[in-house]
Amino acid sequence: MIYRETGQFKANYADDQALFPIAQDRYVIYAVLFATFAVVPMILNQYWLNAIILPFLIYSLAALGLNVLTGYCGQVSLGTGGFMAVGAFSIYKLMVAVPELGFITLVILSGIITAAVGALFGLPSLRIKGFYLAVATLASQFFLIWLFNKVGWFFNYNATGMITSPPMTIFGVLVTGPEATVTAKYFLVASIVAVFALVAKNLARGRFGRNWMAIRDMDIAAELIGVRPLIAKLSAFAVSSFYIGMAGALYFAVWLGSAEPTEAFDINQSFLVLFMIIIGGLGSVLGSFLGAGFLVLMPILLKNILVDGFGTDSALAAHIEIMTVGALIIIFLIVEPHGLARLWRIAKEKLRLWPFPY
Amino acid sequence: MKSITKTLVAALLAVPLLGGTVSAYELTIPTLDYRTGPYAPNGIPFANGYSDYLTMLNERDGGINGAKIKLAPCETAYNTKRGVECYESTKGQGESGALVFQPLSTGITYQLIPKSSVDRIPIFSMGYGRTSAANGKIFPWVFNFPATYWSQATVFVQYIADQEGGMDKLKGKKIALVYHNSAYGKEPIRTLESAAAKFGFELMLLPVDHPGQEQKATWLQVRKERPDWVLMWGWGVMNQVAIKEAASIRFPMNRFIGVWWSGSENDVLPAGDKADGYLSGAFHQPGDNFPAHDDIKKYVYDQGKGKGERDRIGEVLYNRGLVAAMWTSEAIRKAMEIHGTNKIKGVHLRDGFEALDVDEARLTELGLPNFTIPVKISCENHEGPGKVALQQWDAKAKKWSLVSKFYEPLRDITGPLIAADSAQYAKENNVVPRICG
Amino acid sequence: MLFFIEVTLSGLMAGVMYSLVALGFVLIFKASGIFNFAQGVMALFAALTLVGFMDEFGMPVWLAIIGTIAVMIALAWVIERVMLRHLVNQEPIILFMATIGLAYVLEGLGDILWGSDVKVLDIGIPQGAWDWLWDQGIYVEKLELFAAATAAILVIFLAIFFQKTRTGRALRAVADDHQAALSVGISLHTIWVIVWSVSGIVALVAGIMWGSKSGVQFSLSLIALKALPVLILGGFTSVPGAIIGGMIIGVGEKLAEVYLGPFVGGAIENWFAYMLALAFLLFRPQGLFGERIIERV
Repeated sequence: MIYRETGQFKANYADDQALFPIAQDRYVIYAVLFATFAVVPMILNQYWLNAIILPFLIYSLAALGLNVLTGYCGQVSLGTGGFMAVGAFSIYKLMVAVPELGFITLVILSGIITAAVGALFGLPSLRIKGFYLAVATLASQFFLIWLFNKVGWFFNYNATGMITSPPMTIFGVLVTGPEATVTAKYFLVASIVAVFALVAKNLARGRFGRNWMAIRDMDIAAELIGVRPLIAKLSAFAVSSFYIGMAGALYFAVWLGSAEPTEAFDINQSFLVLFMIIIGGLGSVLGSFLGAGFLVLMPILLKNILVDGFGTDSALAAHIEIMTVGALIIIFLIVEPHGLARLWRIAKEKLRLWPFPY
Repeated sequence: MKSITKTLVAALLAVPLLGGTVSAYELTIPTLDYRTGPYAPNGIPFANGYSDYLTMLNERDGGINGAKIKLAPCETAYNTKRGVECYESTKGQGESGALVFQPLSTGITYQLIPKSSVDRIPIFSMGYGRTSAANGKIFPWVFNFPATYWSQATVFVQYIADQEGGMDKLKGKKIALVYHNSAYGKEPIRTLESAAAKFGFELMLLPVDHPGQEQKATWLQVRKERPDWVLMWGWGVMNQVAIKEAASIRFPMNRFIGVWWSGSENDVLPAGDKADGYLSGAFHQPGDNFPAHDDIKKYVYDQGKGKGERDRIGEVLYNRGLVAAMWTSEAIRKAMEIHGTNKIKGVHLRDGFEALDVDEARLTELGLPNFTIPVKISCENHEGPGKVALQQWDAKAKKWSLVSKFYEPLRDITGPLIAADSAQYAKENNVVPRICG
Repeated sequence: MLFFIEVTLSGLMAGVMYSLVALGFVLIFKASGIFNFAQGVMALFAALTLVGFMDEFGMPVWLAIIGTIAVMIALAWVIERVMLRHLVNQEPIILFMATIGLAYVLEGLGDILWGSDVKVLDIGIPQGAWDWLWDQGIYVEKLELFAAATAAILVIFLAIFFQKTRTGRALRAVADDHQAALSVGISLHTIWVIVWSVSGIVALVAGIMWGSKSGVQFSLSLIALKALPVLILGGFTSVPGAIIGGMIIGVGEKLAEVYLGPFVGGAIENWFAYMLALAFLLFRPQGLFGERIIERV
């Protein structure tokens, strides 16, 4: 009743191929955008914005990136942490060297730098597949972190290798550094994420996206019908790293404010983002958001329930929390191996027929 | 059932007490513990000591000047991201708001340094974190007394010189530094390099990656190069493995010195008898033979309110938590005195820290005679005395004991380094140094 | 020259220590195609249980070991019942993720049951430098020598188990082709319980060796990361591959750290191991001894 395409006539090709061909989908998107930019910053306090929403948005961006590579192109990567570090250190160097370019340009530039690095580390994917590739991407993780930790140029030769993001403004509003308000940070990050989520959605349905999916489903077959694996795989690595690099840049410059490579970008980071896309749904833009939301919110929620609700000892709560997260992951995979996004899709199918399922 | 009755009785007893005091103002002190994760073995005793001492003040004296202390524990697992969440969730708790943060990890400390000046909550990174925060002109909100890693490094150099027979004997000696390959482990490198240039010894750098379970290559290099002394900036499992490996290659333990985070019972016990003679830095006494410890046992553990196990009171890291709590509570006392009220907030406590003066007489009053060095903080010097002693492990008795005097740091080496590093921070972050005095 | 021999020997033996962890991975991957990321945590869990039995219940070593083996078998049974059974026929990456979930659960469980401080594990394995070789000027760790011998016995035992016993043959059949094995009446569920039990026992051995070295504590679970390059180098499906891969990685990373490290600032062994494995993979994408991947359209 509420959700169906009946009666929505498409008069031209442009309409027919729109990103969201069903009107109701568009309304939902408008509503979400409205909520994001008008409602959320009004109703949520500083704690929520800073401790939950900002990391959620930034991880969503990283998850989008990894989803391009793993979800759409089928190449499992455990190098996400390393690539985020590339983004972070790029923006640090750029912020110190050429602050006059403006923060947004710098974010995009650090994404581009990461894309180049990602394409380079994607080269082995032409030869190695599956778990062998997954483990091989760990090489990039360990190597990049070592590099940033060891070579003084990257952290401007300070004593410890810790980088701190200097204050920068957009239209006169501070967005980085300790003085920046969390609302300003939120608007910045939310805008970037919204724009690039749209770009990802578009990319996925275009020629690139189709090539990637062909490679994912069977690379030999794809090669036979004329998809060039070199271009397809490396472009997936590059685009994915571009997103991850931007996420890393925002993660360091906007959210954390300071970081050291060995801790902020360690291998757990790579696993976390991989979890997000699997829980959320491989090959789905929506899934990236759902997965990130689930894994950012879940532990904090559990902690608050256990510690504040039941007065559990904070250490015991942490143990229970990690067990619950683990158990939930297993349960999710058993119940719905295609992720949260799949649940949404099923709901939509049901809605189309509702209230006459036959 | 029994415990419920107990709680009820306790609650009944507590009610008139609360009514009797002037007000029920509570001092919220967040504790960013790490009782889980790879570094938990070190985090647990510290967290226990910290909270046990403050609980003892509550139980024995009814808090500080009538204001009870409310601990707000938050588990960080030594993870920076969780630390940020903990900071955000605890900073506004209670009427007083968070009074002071003891971040307990280099990563979280760096994270909180810029935030502290905005939220106006002091950070007490006791002997860790950013060394150049000793410069109170540029870091007014950060305190890292009683000594920094850099001071400690210069103390080790002096100790070595004493054992070798004078500063001039350092010439031509070879000293190796085995360090955790992270911001924390890299801290002493510059200081040691300056000292090496000044005194003419040779410095050999051997990084060990997290977590450090496999250090064969590192110790084979030590065996080949045969340095005269080995210093270690280690953390977590790295400490235990390093001490074991050093014992295996038969490196003399009394020429192996660890930073004060590499010198707890946990670190030496797995190596058994072979760890005998191992040295580490320290700024307080080990052991539980102080009146304050008796009070903790009496007022906290006998009431069943202790955080840890009774027989582990007095471990090195437990005492470190305790001494941190002691200085914190003294700073609170000072702040109350300065502002003439017991309803202080973080912004007031900063003044308390800056005027902190805990001398030997005060330590005795507190039940900790000769427990640690006298500390006096000023506007420009947040490091305080900077004095460090060495403690040695006796594997037979399973005990640490201090074996050296408290050395003064070589300020002519650390001074310029602190000035340079804090100036760089000020420049990158547009901080204008304040004027002291 | 003596030093070179010493580094090589140490590398070989460190490699065998990695192999002990990698073996557990191989067993499970072979029989069920699951890349079991929980192997490291299983080693930690086994070692914790062993120490717990010895310290808290005062059991003698042999009894504690038997008790721990029983716990690991029970654990395998539970894992099969609760998790694997419901994940049949899922994609490998889903199974991989499920094992990470499992790792989290075990991690929390181990901590809650046995506490998170460092525990000393001493079951009487000799430790320290081997005196005779020390006098010749070469340093070899007794614990690692012992570990190498144990690994050798373990591999022989596993080889006999796989080649000669009925269960072993069933295991190989399952590894070869799940459906064909099912159709000749082999129960997948039983096989999985057996293979997870065996790799639980291997995890116990690894846990004992590594735990004797560093004390039993959370970090023990991170040794999995040292086993991964060994795994891809040797091939996911080969038991001898795990041993030989371990040796190549061990020697490679030690030589690199000692001879190359000082020129680039050190601490390169972690990534070097992965790079080394990667270099081998470029020539043999399925690892040195892995089954050839045949792809058909």
